Amino acid sequence: MNYLLSWIIWLPIVGMLAIAFIPRDKSELIKQISAVVSGLQLLLAIYLWSIFDQAVGTFQFMERAEWIPSFNITYILGVDGLSLPMVFLMALIGFIGVFVSWNIDKAVKGYFSLFLLLNTGVMGVFLALDFFLFYIFWEVMLLPMYFLIGIWGGPQREYAAIKFFLYTLAGSVLMLIAILALYFTCGKTFDMLILMETAPIALNGMLWWGMSAIKVIWVLLFIGFAIKVPVFPFHTWLPLAHVEAPTAISVILAGVLLKLGVYGMLRINYTMLPDGVFWFAGALAVLGLINVIWGAMCALAQKDLKKLVAYSSVNHMGYTLIGMSAVIAASTMNGDNLISAQAGMGGAVFQMFNHGTISAMLFILVGVIYDRAHHRDIDGFGGLAAQMPIYTAFVAVAFFAGLGLPGFSGFISEAMIFIGAFPVFKTIVIISTLGILLNAAYFLWAFQRIFFGPANEKYNDLPEINTRELFTVVPLAVITLILGIYPRPFLDMISATLNVLIDSVVSLGGFTSAF
Amino acid sequence: MSNLNSLAHYWPELILTVTILVAVISDLIYRREHSINVAWWVLGGLTLTLFAVRMGGSNVSHLFMGTVASDPFSNFFKVLIILSTALVILMSFNSNELKDYRLGEYFSILTILSFGLFLMVSAIDILMVYLAIEIVSIMSFFLAGYLKKNPHSNEASLKYVIYGAFSSGIMLYGLSLLFGLTGTTKFFEMQNAISSLGSDSNLALILSVVFILVGFGYKISAVPFHFWTPDVYEGSPTTITAYLSVAPKAAGFALLIRFFNQVFGDGTAMASESWMAVNNLPWPQLMAVLAAATMTVGNLVAIQQNSVKRMLAYSSIAHAGYMMMALPLMSQSGVYGIMVYIFVYLFMNLGAFFVLIYVQSEIGGETFNDFDGLGWKMPFLGIVMTLFMVSLTGLPPTAGFIGKFYIFASVIEAGPQYYWLVFVGVVNSVVSLYYYIRVVKHMYLVGERSESIGLPSSHLVTLVLIVLAIPTFIFGWYFNPLTDWINQSLVIFQGM
Repeated sequence: MNYLLSWIIWLPIVGMLAIAFIPRDKSELIKQISAVVSGLQLLLAIYLWSIFDQAVGTFQFMERAEWIPSFNITYILGVDGLSLPMVFLMALIGFIGVFVSWNIDKAVKGYFSLFLLLNTGVMGVFLALDFFLFYIFWEVMLLPMYFLIGIWGGPQREYAAIKFFLYTLAGSVLMLIAILALYFTCGKTFDMLILMETAPIALNGMLWWGMSAIKVIWVLLFIGFAIKVPVFPFHTWLPLAHVEAPTAISVILAGVLLKLGVYGMLRINYTMLPDGVFWFAGALAVLGLINVIWGAMCALAQKDLKKLVAYSSVNHMGYTLIGMSAVIAASTMNGDNLISAQAGMGGAVFQMFNHGTISAMLFILVGVIYDRAHHRDIDGFGGLAAQMPIYTAFVAVAFFAGLGLPGFSGFISEAMIFIGAFPVFKTIVIISTLGILLNAAYFLWAFQRIFFGPANEKYNDLPEINTRELFTVVPLAVITLILGIYPRPFLDMISATLNVLIDSVVSLGGFTSAF
Repeated sequence: MSNLNSLAHYWPELILTVTILVAVISDLIYRREHSINVAWWVLGGLTLTLFAVRMGGSNVSHLFMGTVASDPFSNFFKVLIILSTALVILMSFNSNELKDYRLGEYFSILTILSFGLFLMVSAIDILMVYLAIEIVSIMSFFLAGYLKKNPHSNEASLKYVIYGAFSSGIMLYGLSLLFGLTGTTKFFEMQNAISSLGSDSNLALILSVVFILVGFGYKISAVPFHFWTPDVYEGSPTTITAYLSVAPKAAGFALLIRFFNQVFGDGTAMASESWMAVNNLPWPQLMAVLAAATMTVGNLVAIQQNSVKRMLAYSSIAHAGYMMMALPLMSQSGVYGIMVYIFVYLFMNLGAFFVLIYVQSEIGGETFNDFDGLGWKMPFLGIVMTLFMVSLTGLPPTAGFIGKFYIFASVIEAGPQYYWLVFVGVVNSVVSLYYYIRVVKHMYLVGERSESIGLPSSHLVTLVLIVLAIPTFIFGWYFNPLTDWINQSLVIFQGM
């Protein structure tokens, strides 16, 4: 399979074209095709994982084709230990998402076409190694997302959809400026592999109106990615979009789309602007801390269960930022502590993956109760544990995983992040552990209000979670548990790549002369 | 080249002249209810003209004693003009507004207008420039007021006349100043004369540049010469609005590029990447500020509109602003960017107007609310309109993105001194998303979902929309043919 990566990216488009030829009233067939296509994609992703060489830290399965030679635009794909977990995550969540959306009955054809298009866009971002291609995929995601929130969403869907669209577009046009600036200053190429080598040298010492070019480009890219993460203060689109989006779209949004921002920073900012990493690491850690505390506090205040889960995403992504900032520990001036850099970066990538599975699980479970009770008011339930014991058990698993209980994967990644960042950002790490406490507070408090206490008679005959819903939750719960007990396979997969990344950041960056 | 010899290189215009005569005469022969058939004669003539233009190849010649140039650069814009004229003629078949009027002379005037545009894109003598602009203006006045029973259309025409007369008067004054300073009317001789002028005449030069910009700015509806645009665009028949927003604008840009590069560019550095303004005149800075103002004003006012037609009118001002971004650079890639932009703009903007015309005739209105639920009712129309809106916003993978990409790239290439302009540009494209997506919102998110009624009732509508939608989509991710063609068309700026 020479074109394995292309297949993974374009398979959903094939499915979308197939759906286009099916009459709109055959909604079962449309759903089945979507399921088959995403199932195949998941199999390909697993196959990719199985033949991926973990010992190699550079890109594998590279594909390269001429595209627009006059502007030096090439079709380049490749996968490494950073993108592989994300590809797997997207394939998994994409597959589960089809089943989560099974009871969609409004314009089924349009929904699944857009769903598959979204899948292609996300996969493309993770696998593209040409900056132009990367940008195209990055933008291709926006329109399907707009429609999926805007047409199939909740009561405030129009506002949520346009807010999401405007925020992300504002970020990505800044990214476009940065891409073009890199193109013209670093040898007129969009090839990321070349840019990774030329950019740190070409930009060294370059000044634009008295500001370092590295800082300018860093900030432009950072804002673009930060809006996706979302980093405080760019996070306000997120709770709204999450709450209004249909369940499956919230699942994709939290499970995969938020990772695009962090992935972009690691893939682009860290490799092309290593000097900027040293300049910005402190700010990154502080922003991460704000995300952690702010997200947790907001979650604590929510009455809407879905909003609570949405804010928990803000909180969880904050840990990732703190972990990423630990990379500077490996430089000589920060103590030459390679182990902590590895722990921090590994924890960040692991946290991305874990948040993908855990938040997907949380959103699916919120969707389950919403489908039955038609509201998500935390105080409006009570004593559900008696009515829905299996559901309660799964929510318990998801909540415990979310609050970082040992035994679940979230604990490992958060612990790695704290261990990694502690040598360099002691105060920040100490304060951010408070976030864990707040995490436990809002999850447990919500759990208590929904499942314990006097039973609400209105919900005496709520049906138990059904097989289809179990089918969507169980794989995620199993992954969370397995990786919580034995995280080795995952860490082995990413470590070689992260070592190369840490090494390049430390060896190319940190020249204070650059500023 | 002498007048007689020139005729051999003047086939496209000669064919177009014959087409005009045929149109006028055939209009006399047809009865009133059949006068729409004149369109077929005109379309035939335009096809022949297109062939003649393409036959011109890469020849560069200066015709009629150096007043008109025939070169790949003008050929590029001539193709654009032919395409937009032909498409607008096809659009006119389905226009509800035009049904009550005799259409023969409408098509004849449209053809004369395109002849004027041909002159505009190839003029290299300020007298010819003035003549071309006047032909275009006067024909546009007729067409804007073509709906003689409609007071809005009359108002549009009158406003257009007053603004047009005023701005061309000022431009004429600027041109005469320039003539007084240089003693010639030909672009190239002017350039030589200006570079040998002392710096004491800079004030007069700046004054003439500003006055000339009034005339050109009026044609491309740049701020602050844009005040006529919304009212004229709203009052005119929608087909003419579509035409005015594309063809004269393209020709205006061609003229601007040619005039400023050949008269005010630094002659010694013609073939290099970026050129200096002659005598260090500050016109690049002036253009940059105008560009920023144009797109910002266009966008901010477009947001507030309730009529889609008016929204498209204001947004066309914003698009002129994006294209103007590349003018101050005086670089080849800047001109290149403008050419890419104007070419893709032709398809997406005509497409948007065409859908609007169809909605006007089927639903009977042009406000956002008239688009409610359209995407469900007419899926094909909804999808192509979404494509045009997304493309006008400049999102990949549509052609509009490529246009913006080339413009932004050329500005960034020019170095950090214009980064602020790119910043204004990208912020404006985000702003434009708001009102373009509003159309999409009304088509899909607002209003009842109703049963689909399938394709538009007329096959011609479907066909033309497909013809417009395909390039809008394809050029979004495969634009090699387009860029190759433009590369060849830029020959005048490389070799001379």
